Amino acid sequence: MAGVIARRARKQRVFRWAVLTVLGVFFLLPLVAMVEFSTRDATTWPALVDWPELSERYPALAEGITASLLQAALTALLMLVLLVPTAVWVRLRLPRLRRLVEFLCLLPLTIPAIVLVVGLAPVYAWVTYFLGGSSLTLVFAYTILVLPYAYRAIDAGLSAIDVKTLAEAARSLGAGWGTVMWRVVLPNIRSAVLSAAFLTVALVLGEFTIASLLNRTNLQVAINLLGKSNATMSVAVSLTALLLAFVLLMLLSLLGGRRRTSAVVAPAPLKEPAA
Amino acid sequence: MSGVAVHLNGLRRTFGTVHALDNLDLSIEPGEFVALLGPSGCGKTTALRVLAGLEDADSGQVLVGGRDVTALPANRRDMGMVFQAYSLFPHLTAQANVSFGLSLRGRSKSSARAREMLELVGIGAFADRYPHQLSGGQQQRVALARALAIEPSVLLLDEPLSALDAKVRVQLRDEIRRIQTEVGTTTLFVTHDQEEALAVADRVGVMRAGKLEQLAAPADIYLTPATPFVAEFVGLSNRLPGTVTGNEVEVLGTRLPLLSPASQASVTALVRPESVQVTPEADGDGRVLTTSFLGPISKVTIAVGDVLVVAQVATDRLASLTPGTPVRVTLRPVPVALA
Repeated sequence: MAGVIARRARKQRVFRWAVLTVLGVFFLLPLVAMVEFSTRDATTWPALVDWPELSERYPALAEGITASLLQAALTALLMLVLLVPTAVWVRLRLPRLRRLVEFLCLLPLTIPAIVLVVGLAPVYAWVTYFLGGSSLTLVFAYTILVLPYAYRAIDAGLSAIDVKTLAEAARSLGAGWGTVMWRVVLPNIRSAVLSAAFLTVALVLGEFTIASLLNRTNLQVAINLLGKSNATMSVAVSLTALLLAFVLLMLLSLLGGRRRTSAVVAPAPLKEPAA
Repeated sequence: MSGVAVHLNGLRRTFGTVHALDNLDLSIEPGEFVALLGPSGCGKTTALRVLAGLEDADSGQVLVGGRDVTALPANRRDMGMVFQAYSLFPHLTAQANVSFGLSLRGRSKSSARAREMLELVGIGAFADRYPHQLSGGQQQRVALARALAIEPSVLLLDEPLSALDAKVRVQLRDEIRRIQTEVGTTTLFVTHDQEEALAVADRVGVMRAGKLEQLAAPADIYLTPATPFVAEFVGLSNRLPGTVTGNEVEVLGTRLPLLSPASQASVTALVRPESVQVTPEADGDGRVLTTSFLGPISKVTIAVGDVLVVAQVATDRLASLTPGTPVRVTLRPVPVALA
């Protein structure tokens, strides 16, 4: 009997390692290839970490990086400013609209980027007319694009607390709506807000279709362009972007993990104070 | 007493087709502790929320200390509130929770005041704990301290004890009364638990379908209910058939005075179990059906013909009232209400 169990355990261990190895090779091989390829030219990586040199040798790439970082930051900001108060308000005052808001926020997920661009093109004609052709105007399109992910994250955060009671308690203590949002709701959905922001940043840093088709520039557009003239540099930048996104997602799961552990901390065994 | 008077005048509030408040009038004296009691859906919580400013009335007026606050938002009404659900801010310690309202008012020394309030509610030792490190009873104590810290003109308690277990509930209930007496704040307490309401309040208001049926001292509510609904809702009652003669009703052979005149001869009288006297007697017309032990007093169910009567007796008499014992049932001649 013991022999059967030991054999089964060994089989499972072998299977587990086999799966891990296959998956590891599948994911790591392209990355290793990228590292190998991008290190063939010894000047590539030093140039990438030396900003003045990078912007001098590859001005389009430097512009793309700056544009993407600004887009990511502004999209995250706009998304939070729009979404957090809306989600809170829907929960407090318009609970019947929750399904509708959820549906609207999830829509962008079901519409292919290319279709979105077809719809956005005439809108962006107006945006260009009023605000100019800056690549930062992509922030509006990106805010729509990240809604499904950001809404999910924030809604999950709000579900974890009793927003209505907390808001009413704060109101009865003399807090206006601004104070309720800033001092009561936000601190309690902090990790949800961070999740939404990280997802937004990761998504915007990886966006290519809309920027390319609307003739704006961003990191991915610049990488694509660069790939035609300097493949080594383009691969090095891709790898860096990939690692950045990876680090962001790691941070995100760490945050999620911390939230879970803090949620399962049992109340200390205290005695009810004597009356 | 430092409290202010509260008047709710002709409040109406409709949710769809339901009249949560139907022309409700309620006056609370300065420093008074009034409990609103009623079945769920009777509008008691809506009344409290309208007073707090968390709900708007369709019509009517809310006066606090003579000032019309009907149009004021909740955050400018100066009311302390304790909620049924745990409402402490999870990211703040007990002390920071209590200081929250004080800091909004720009009070200096708010932490000293917060400590003082936590001492008052008996959990000064737990000031640095977060809500998830406190038990339900402790959380409600902190919530009470937080509501009182801002020295509100009115204290509102929305079923604050209903999430707690029975022992803590009684303990905290008595403590709320002690603290209220100490600080003298006018208090409105909403509950569906009649024992709670009768035990702590100066006056109890019994509500039904958005209206106040009776507002009176606990003893008056219990002994001289104004309406059949109050008589049935507060305390246990036997529903016994009776015949009216003049301003008396004859029930099980005993003549009982009526609380209000009857419109017909054949009626159902509401008789309290403690008014029913049971004596074992070989030729009695009643038979003991069941007994249940409830501590110092016990409940005995007796069949008299096809009428069931519940009586309350001292537990030491249970031995002589085993099921099947023939008994005589008499009623104490206290005034009764009719159903």
